[in-house]
Amino acid sequence: MTTFDFLLQGFATALHPMILLYALIGVTLGTAVGVLPGIGPALTVALLLPVTYGLDPAGSLIMFAGIYYGGMYGGSTTSILLNTPGESASIVTALEGNKMARAGRGGPALATAAIGSFVAGLLATLALAFLAPHIVKLALVFGPREYFALMMLAFVTVSAAFGDSTMKGLTSLFVGLALAVVGIDGLTGQARLSFGVPQLLDGIEVTTLAVAMFAVGEALFVAAQGAAGQEKVHAIKGSVAMTRADWSRSWKPWLRGTAIGFPIGAMPAGGADIASFLSYGTEKRMTKYPEEFGHGAIEGVAGPEAANNAAAAGTLVPLLTLGLPTTATAAIMLAGFQQFGLQPGPLLFATSPQLVWGLIASLLIANVMLLVLNLPLIRLWVKLLMIPRPWLYAGILLFATLGTIGLNPSPVELSMLLLFGVMGYLMRLFGYPIAPVVVGLILGPMAEQQLRRALSIAQGDWTTLVSTPLAAGLLIVAFLALVVPPVMRWRGKGAVLAQIAGDED
Amino acid sequence: MSGYDPATGRRPDRAAFIIAALLAGMGALLIWQGHAIPEKGGYAGIGSGDAPVFIGICLWLLAMGHVWKGLRHGGVGVPRQQPVPVLFITGGLAIQLILLHPLGFSIASGILFACTAGAFGKRNFAISLPVGIVFALAVYGVFDKLLKLNLPAGLPENLIFGG
Repeated sequence: MTTFDFLLQGFATALHPMILLYALIGVTLGTAVGVLPGIGPALTVALLLPVTYGLDPAGSLIMFAGIYYGGMYGGSTTSILLNTPGESASIVTALEGNKMARAGRGGPALATAAIGSFVAGLLATLALAFLAPHIVKLALVFGPREYFALMMLAFVTVSAAFGDSTMKGLTSLFVGLALAVVGIDGLTGQARLSFGVPQLLDGIEVTTLAVAMFAVGEALFVAAQGAAGQEKVHAIKGSVAMTRADWSRSWKPWLRGTAIGFPIGAMPAGGADIASFLSYGTEKRMTKYPEEFGHGAIEGVAGPEAANNAAAAGTLVPLLTLGLPTTATAAIMLAGFQQFGLQPGPLLFATSPQLVWGLIASLLIANVMLLVLNLPLIRLWVKLLMIPRPWLYAGILLFATLGTIGLNPSPVELSMLLLFGVMGYLMRLFGYPIAPVVVGLILGPMAEQQLRRALSIAQGDWTTLVSTPLAAGLLIVAFLALVVPPVMRWRGKGAVLAQIAGDED
Repeated sequence: MSGYDPATGRRPDRAAFIIAALLAGMGALLIWQGHAIPEKGGYAGIGSGDAPVFIGICLWLLAMGHVWKGLRHGGVGVPRQQPVPVLFITGGLAIQLILLHPLGFSIASGILFACTAGAFGKRNFAISLPVGIVFALAVYGVFDKLLKLNLPAGLPENLIFGG
């Protein structure tokens, strides 16, 4: 069967009324939580994970994907109207978008962000559908050493390649890896670092860590800055409709943003924040109105918004086809899959094609729903920005603990939430990125298992790791990504890298 | 983060040393625990204990990196932090942790809600506590009854939702 047939079958699953309802609930919740300031897609997905515990796998995964896409849409609203980006991928959007809102052009800025996200989401999801079967075929020849090399690359790109300090990124990564060895070793059943506490045998839950670091850590950090006062929300004046000039200036950045974002998301080359930054740079270079950049150029909203949504869809490529999460959000989504006993990867395409293709088809439908939700109803979402901070954060913390309690209502789990929350606060305070901890926690044991499997097959011969061109090539790229940025920084080119820093996406 | 304190610009970075100590401690724990695991490398040559030891060694290297950086570069001032809101939130979480099982989800979470609101300046607990408890009860209703999440019940949950 061709991809097209599979996709049609997927639509048969996705158009089931119950599944449509799940998708609708997902995108609505995702948008609502994504709009809230300070909450990015990673936290949105982590916070809403408990909503899906009681549902069937297909429904909840589709709801999940809706939440992810919704969170990406919602973030742009926050950064345009509030100048506090809800997610790091929207920082660039805030650059121009907030200027437009200040100039009373918030409506068109929101519109170009929403339509750009729609165009990018649609194209990138189609690209995902047509690319996935090929990668699955390729993945069948992947052995443990190739997976191990891929994971090394993911480790490096998520921790060291971008940001203002390789050492800080690596520190975060190794803290995550250290937490990852807690629990039972998947290969031998040996308990490690559990100190006789039965709750630790299961290891540290990704969701607990993510919620603690992102929600509790963020709340502590914001509260500790004192009453700096809430940022002013810029009301949408006039219509959200775009003029002819807006359209003609937007459509090319949308397409360029998609073309930049999707490959970056699809390769383990960093997340949506990098894509949106690169897109911004491209638009700034190609624009016919360079004088408007920095003062509210619509291209600077259209391009990056498209890029970050395309990258979000792109991260689903390694996640679905290889089971490889390359961003914090993808790591949490993987945890979501695993809670239903599903392991994404080539096998999933063979064993439950209706689930995978239903999910992909649902993403296309979710995109349409999001466009409808975001354009006419935008004023409704903006109301969410008016929630006073005490109530907002009180609610966030209540939901943060709810997820942990729902998963495992033991004092040990809640103590970890508190402990990691404080750790998240301190890491934020001293400028350590958060995402590598989460990715390290989930990818660490996977990398270790692949390494030990590869070595077992080769009877302990370490040269096996570089014995195929693919594995060797991936390791070389990973090595370069680790070594080149410090050299660039040392030679005074650090500013470029620091700007691409992001602690979440 | 704004408001760097220029006075702390060139002194050796105290924070870097504390972080280095924490990393070294964590690394030592991993190395010790890794060595405590009986060596059963099998065909691979590396066993359960080797990953913790390797990660522990890397943490030591990072700790040394922090010390070196702290000596060479001096601290970057961190903006002044307000301790009271931090205590409010951590205290709220701790109270929730202790009261969750004896008193049930709604009361424990209501207290957390009120404490968090307190951290952000709403110190009028006569309002925020009832609001929190009612909100938590509603959340309990939706998640425990509708979405089949298993949340610890206390007196209010049993009275309203019948356990």
